[in-house]
This record gives sequence, C-alpha cells and structure tokens, in this order.
Amino acid sequence: MSASPNLLERVGRATARGIAEIGFGASLLGESLFWMVLGRARRQPVRLPAIFDQAMEIGIRALPIVTVLAGTIGVMLAIQGIYSLRPFGAESRVTTGIALSVVREFAPLITGILVAGRSGSALAARLGTMHINQEVDALRVMGINPVRFLVVPALLAMLVMVPALTLWADFVALLGAGLYVSGELSMSLAVYAERCLESLKLNDLTHGLSKSAIFAVLITLVGVVNGASVSGGAEGVGRVTTRSVVHAISAIVVTDMIFVFAVTR
Amino acid sequence: MSPDRPNPIEVRDLVTHYGDRLILKGVSLDVREGEIMVIMGGSGSGKSTFLNHLLGLLRPTSGVVRLLGKDINAIGPLELFDLRKKMGVAFQGGALFSSMSVGENIMLPLREHTDLDEKTMRIMARLKMEVVELAGFEHLMPAELSGGMIKRAALARAIVMDPRLLFCDEPSAGLDPVVSSSIDQLILRLRDAMGMTIVVVTHELESAFKIADRICVLDKGEIIALGSVDEIRAHPSERVQNLLNRRTEEFTLDADAYLRRLTGEG
Repeated sequence: MSASPNLLERVGRATARGIAEIGFGASLLGESLFWMVLGRARRQPVRLPAIFDQAMEIGIRALPIVTVLAGTIGVMLAIQGIYSLRPFGAESRVTTGIALSVVREFAPLITGILVAGRSGSALAARLGTMHINQEVDALRVMGINPVRFLVVPALLAMLVMVPALTLWADFVALLGAGLYVSGELSMSLAVYAERCLESLKLNDLTHGLSKSAIFAVLITLVGVVNGASVSGGAEGVGRVTTRSVVHAISAIVVTDMIFVFAVTR
Repeated sequence: MSPDRPNPIEVRDLVTHYGDRLILKGVSLDVREGEIMVIMGGSGSGKSTFLNHLLGLLRPTSGVVRLLGKDINAIGPLELFDLRKKMGVAFQGGALFSSMSVGENIMLPLREHTDLDEKTMRIMARLKMEVVELAGFEHLMPAELSGGMIKRAALARAIVMDPRLLFCDEPSAGLDPVVSSSIDQLILRLRDAMGMTIVVVTHELESAFKIADRICVLDKGEIIALGSVDEIRAHPSERVQNLLNRRTEEFTLDADAYLRRLTGEG
C-alpha cells in the first residue's frame, strides 16, 4: 500500500464502509424482528417495562417541544399560504393547502427530525458508551442478547411513539394555523375545521403516518449502527453522536422524497 | 478426579488473528475442576484476546475451546445460552450498567434467567453483596462507587447465578495494595466456599502468586510456561524470568529493518 492513498482508493473505501453499514442496519432490523416474534420461545423475551421506559423518553418527554414546533409551523404555513394566494384573491382556499401539507408532509418531517435529534443521538451515545465500557460484552456473556435487550425496546417504542407524536403534531399544527386563519380571514374556527376535514382524506393521514413509522425505523437503526461502531473512547462517542444525527436527518429527508415520489404521483 | 469427567476448560491449538495480525499462535490449556488458574503476561501478550475467546466473544481462526465439555464455537445458540448461565465474568472496568443501581445490576441475571419473585431475587442479591462486603450499597449508582467497590460489585454480579466457572479480568489492577489484596482474598474465598473453577487474567505478579494454584504465562501469543507458583518462580526460561523480574527484553537490532521502519517503507 502506498503511503498516501489516492482519491479513488479513499472513495472506494468510504463506499465499501457505507455499504457495510447499510448491511449491518438491515441485519439488525432482521434480528430485531426475529427477537420480537420468537424471543419468548427462545427464552429471550422483550420486556414490557423496558419498552415503556423508552417510550416515555422518546415520546412523552418530547411532547412539549413537538407541541411548540408544530404550532409554530402551523402559523408559519398559514401566513405563507395566505400570502401566496392573495394575488389570486383566493385566500379562503388556504385551508386545503394547510391541511394537506401539514398532514402529508410537515408534521411527519418535523417530528422525525426532532426525534432524530433528541432520541436517535441519545441512543447512539448510550450504546457507544456501553460498548466502550464492555457493558455490551457483559450482556453477551450473561446470556442476554444485546439486540433483544437494547435495540428491540427502542425500536418498538419508536414505532409507537413517532407516529403518535406525528398525530399530535398534525392536530397542533392545524390548530395553530386555524387560530391564525380565523383571525386573519375572519373565518370561524369551526368553519376552518370543517373545511380542513373536507379537504383531508384518510389516505392523506395514512400517508403521513406510514412515513413517520419508516422514520422511526430509520432513526433507531442509524442510532444503533453508529453507537455499535464507536471506537476511541469518549471522543469517539461524541463523534458518533453527531454523525448519527446528521445521518438520521439525511436518511429521513431522502426517504421522504423517495416515498412521496413512489406513492403520490 | 475421575478420568471420564472432562476438565471444565479445555483449549486446543487456539489460533487467532486480529485483522491480518496473528495474535495467538496455537495455545492449548486445560483448567482443572476447582482450581484457580492465573493467566499472566505483559501488555500485548495476547492474554485479553485469550480471555475473549474463552468467553466466546471472538471466533478463533482455528482450534477448539471447550467449556464444561462443550465446544463453544460449535454448539447452537440455545446450548450456548444455557452454558452462559453457568459462567460468571467480572470485567476489568466492572462493566456495570450505568443506568441501573448496584442492586439492580446484581439482580439482572436473576431477573433475566429465573422466574423467582422480586423478594427472593432481592435476598439473593443481598446475599452476594454480603459475600463481597458491599452490604448496604445496593441503592447507589455505579458512578457513585470507588474503584474497589466497582470490582466487588462486578464480582457479585458474576457469582449471583452460582456459576461453575468464574472469569476475572484484571481483578486488582488500578487499586491500592490494601484493596487489591482484599480482592485477592475474596477470590480465594469464592473458590473455597463455592468450589468454582476460576480463571484470572492479570499482569500483577504479587496477586498472581498469592491466589494461583497454577500459572500460565503468555508471551507474544504463546504459552511459555505453565505450572504451580513454585515451578514458575524457579522456571529456567529467560523470557519467564524477564517477566518476573520486570526486565525489558533486549532486542538484537537489525539495522536494515530499523531503517525501513523509520522511512515507512516496510
């Protein structure tokens, strides 16, 4: 090997590493599903209290910040919507735009990004620290499968809580927008709500919620893959924490686009 | 001991690599029932790697590791799971779970592997905490413990299932002489009281001589000496004596190789 690897070699190695990580993530998902289904039969049950702990941390503690951000986004969308429709004199049609963009796009996206920043990074940091402290090895020699004990509870909690938070964000964002619209366009909140419901179909809601479930899986896997690949002590933990946030948010945005492309057209 | 009963730990021709680097060069070792085997060696001798292979945390390139008569690299996951309930491990840094209290840590194997009720588990955990002289500290978090207490808690967690095999990684490293010697006493007591077969990995000579029934000296990936404390002390090999007397080994300098290393053209 030459002393200074050339560009091609570096690109090649980075690509191989990336593919290896995606492969690791996929096998983790497979293994998690395995323990979810067969854990009890194999005397490695997934414990309910562990799931509740995670759900509390991922979901309930994120409620305040999700509420604030979703409300703010709702108001922002209302302002922009009215502004963009004013030239056509169609301000009252703003409800359709708000309802669809909140439910189909903004609520899942903002919730996903928030959970990635709050809990995806925490997951990576926790697993990374456990890894360098030999706690993961300790689990294995105790006969406790680390995926079953650490990953599955987080994954299940995410799968329940991210869509639940998204649903809550839908409601709060629409309410925030409604408050602004009712003040600006002298439309009562009841009429606003009615028009929102008119323009929304069940399909729109499931579109948003299925995306948020996919985001939940992505956030967990990215956090776990990064946490498990930590090396180099405390500094390494810091590095994988940052990396997991960046990766999770990128994965969310790109997957969102692909999902919309595949489903909406 | 009856001849038909296999030794609890049997290692045959263990060869392992880290990446492309050869770490263990064909290690064979038997540990007898109820003895304390100390695996000794300097940094980079391969003793930590050897321990990880005994624990089944790494897969060897070739060779066999049999614990309680079972080849740990050949048996299925369920059998390995049963085997792991019969072994306890105290890691060097303790490896206590930082999100759980000391008591919860010690109870974890019981919680995961038994159907005992909460109260029984608490009593059993307290019993083990008495054994390691940590009684009354069960509500503390690992971060609140001193170095010696962490090692004790790790030992308590390792023995809570009353294992037949106990592995200790550097049990007295990084501790002051008094605490370190009390940990040695504790290990001796565990063997005498519970009849466990114990493997201790350490680089501390004093503690090795104090607790060992037999000592296995690893150097550069191979066993250079194996025997009782007295045999090791009187061992004729220069490498063993260097290690015992803390002499650095003298290298014959190869000028060309040295130059190649410096210029990075190796």
